[in-house]
Amino acid sequence: MEATATDPGTPGTTGRTVVELTDVSMAFGTVRVLQGVSLTVTEGSVLALIGANGAGKSTLIKILSGVYPDHGGEIFVDGQQISVDTPRVARALGIHTVHQKIADGVVPGLSVAENLVFDELTQPSFGASFSMRKIMPRARQVAAQLDLEWSDDVLRKDVFELGIADQQMLLLARALDQKPRLLVLDEPTSALSGAEVERLFAVIRRLKAAGVAILYVSHHLSEIDSLADQLVVLRDGRIRLQQAKPFGWNDALRAMLGEQAIVAERTHEEQRGTIDRLRLTGIRLFPEKPPQDVTFRAGEVAGIIGLLGAGKSELSRGIFGATPFTEGSMELDDRAYAPRSPSDAVRRGVYLVPEDRAAEALLPGWTIARTAALPFLWNLAPRGFVPRGTEATRGRWVIDQLDVVATGEQHRVDELSGGNQQRVVVGRWLAGKPRVLVLDEPFRGVDIGARAGIGRRLRELAAGGCAVVITSSDVDEILEGSDRVLVLTDGKIRMDSYLTDTNRDQIIERMSEIA
Amino acid sequence: MDVPKAVAPVKAPAIPISERLRTWLVTYGVIAITIGLLLFFSVAEETFRRPTTILSMLKYASVIAIAGLGVTTAMVVGGIDLSVGGIAGMAVTIAAMSMVIYNQVGWIAILAVLVSGVVVGLVNAFLIVKLRIPDMLATLGVMFLVSGLKLLFVSGRSVSSGMPLPDGTTAPGRFTADFLWIDNGFVGPIPVPVLVFAVATIIIWAFLTRTRWGRIMYSIGANPEAARLAGVNTARYRILAYVISGILAAVAGLILASRIGQGDISAGNSLLLDSIAVSLVGTSVMGLNLPNAWGTSLGAVMLGILITGLTIAGAPYYAQDVVKGVVVIVALILSYTLSRKKARYVPAV
Repeated sequence: MEATATDPGTPGTTGRTVVELTDVSMAFGTVRVLQGVSLTVTEGSVLALIGANGAGKSTLIKILSGVYPDHGGEIFVDGQQISVDTPRVARALGIHTVHQKIADGVVPGLSVAENLVFDELTQPSFGASFSMRKIMPRARQVAAQLDLEWSDDVLRKDVFELGIADQQMLLLARALDQKPRLLVLDEPTSALSGAEVERLFAVIRRLKAAGVAILYVSHHLSEIDSLADQLVVLRDGRIRLQQAKPFGWNDALRAMLGEQAIVAERTHEEQRGTIDRLRLTGIRLFPEKPPQDVTFRAGEVAGIIGLLGAGKSELSRGIFGATPFTEGSMELDDRAYAPRSPSDAVRRGVYLVPEDRAAEALLPGWTIARTAALPFLWNLAPRGFVPRGTEATRGRWVIDQLDVVATGEQHRVDELSGGNQQRVVVGRWLAGKPRVLVLDEPFRGVDIGARAGIGRRLRELAAGGCAVVITSSDVDEILEGSDRVLVLTDGKIRMDSYLTDTNRDQIIERMSEIA
Repeated sequence: MDVPKAVAPVKAPAIPISERLRTWLVTYGVIAITIGLLLFFSVAEETFRRPTTILSMLKYASVIAIAGLGVTTAMVVGGIDLSVGGIAGMAVTIAAMSMVIYNQVGWIAILAVLVSGVVVGLVNAFLIVKLRIPDMLATLGVMFLVSGLKLLFVSGRSVSSGMPLPDGTTAPGRFTADFLWIDNGFVGPIPVPVLVFAVATIIIWAFLTRTRWGRIMYSIGANPEAARLAGVNTARYRILAYVISGILAAVAGLILASRIGQGDISAGNSLLLDSIAVSLVGTSVMGLNLPNAWGTSLGAVMLGILITGLTIAGAPYYAQDVVKGVVVIVALILSYTLSRKKARYVPAV
């Protein structure tokens, strides 16, 4: 790529140091989130950064991208000490970041083309006049950075009409167009499906060959295994392990998790439910797709595996009445069940832990106690007045049930780590004696400790007679805690089997089947 | 990282003075200003110290506070009600029409006014909940609508006793004594409007913070989708909030009508801005950064002290708006600039 035409080194070799951090630290108030972090990123190599939630990964990225100028320690770029005070300085130094939250990057209401050339659009050199015709050639050029074959029609669309994966690609193309020296990718695959991940990887390999330094943050060990040259493991704000390829994953996981279990139990005893709890008949997840029948049974955990856009959320939200099914019918305990809203579902004991925790489950500023009590206030306060202490009691109950790590039930949920937030929003439904509990991608952005804890609790819940349904795009997450595996692709259930009757290879084979 | 807003690394355990001052201001700023103003005017103006002045100041504050409590309730569900001034103005005219033109007794007038408040509240809710128009825009439209309807009812004229009617006769009725008691009457030593003010504050406070309905309303304001997915019937509570707002605005209108003693068509004109101002001031009381009943009432009292004090001190009436503007801006600085908490009241447009 011309991006590094000036690069004197041989592409692909571990070349010169681009960015070096020495003894970098950061604190929020009295909480130290990074301590003594030193690392170097070299030309043409991928440095992978892993760590549980709250390990300090995001903070490190923000320091590199100029969001937190008040950090301790030093940053050297090309051997010169530099203070990265603002995002603009970071960009001028050639440090470009593609953040995990796509919504932070794209500008809604503007066209795809405008988003592609946004960095120039905001500069005085762009001039006063604006027309689509003026920007189209540049937009095509930027899109070409990633071989995005977008027609002019697509370029003229509002950016929100693109899928989330294409929005991600757009942001990446924009970063590439800036000819980055260091490209920071924060969980770049979290919104992508398998094929799109492959596309991204191809791009990363090309960049690497062209001499760009890449800092790659991910939860997915397999991605790192195939991409990275160096691995840094963060835990509680400190570097616990640094490795060069080939990586020892056992050591890496140990370093990441501390003294906890290495991999969550996969040797659980399979439970097969005998009573049909929720029967779905002729449900259509997408208008064009064939109707589906599926039954969820009391006493087992059903795991639905599907990539992004397979219909997991459509299924979950339909069962919960959040987005009612347009076709088909449901029966709950042999009685008709047709929720028009979540409140209908809750009354029947059908609960959902939604996919997007921040947008769909958390209430800014709310304490654990209040968040925990909200779904069952009608029960806790039958006559309207909320008796003093009721919410606190419920909050403590949830903390106790799911081992939430917090200072107490008055701790604000939005100040907890992702894993503990998830424990709270799962735990609050347990108070309502769930008949069906659906969890849509419950382990996304959740550390392995919380994942194991929640998983264990879900198994107990199923053993107690609840029908538990988990969805995930991660095969291992499903294998880890389910009794039954369903593979969902393109709105269609391709496989429905008990865990002991199948294996990982078979599942992946089914997932890769087309049409 | 799931951590609060970034602050500089703490080097020493001691909290610096500036930080303590900031916290103190955010928490007690509005209360301190209110007490400061009260002391200042009490010392500076002999007239201000008289009990009658204090009571008339509270009567002035009561109308704003009651309408403000309605705005606050709408703000709690993440909305806002711009129609409260319109509703109060219409209430004045409806009360006057009932008694003066249709020769009805006081309680009929009161009933008619309250019903009108409920109806307008339902109209707001219908536009917002069913037709999905943003709160601020829907209630802006309704504000114009009710103000216009009011003028239409009375052909743009104020209603007063003995006025000529279109059919050539004169208006038969007048404001009844029991209706006039609403503003002029006392219960013990306390003027009726002040009593209504106090009762409304306590009811709305208890409703919002001590009942599940109030708690649910706050949840809708915090994150409507999260509330819905927790099983809350959000539509029902948003409707309820606007009906409450409509009723409170109508009550404020009743007091105004009783005070003016005729169907003045310009009544209630300044009430909208005043009631929104005190609700905003209220959000910054005790560093809550949330709409709340006590804050709104305190804001109204503060406004009452200011206006009464300035009037006694001889400041021209047109200085009042300048002062109100400063007060609102100071309160917003407390909530948005000085507070470490994110100000959570964001008007829904």
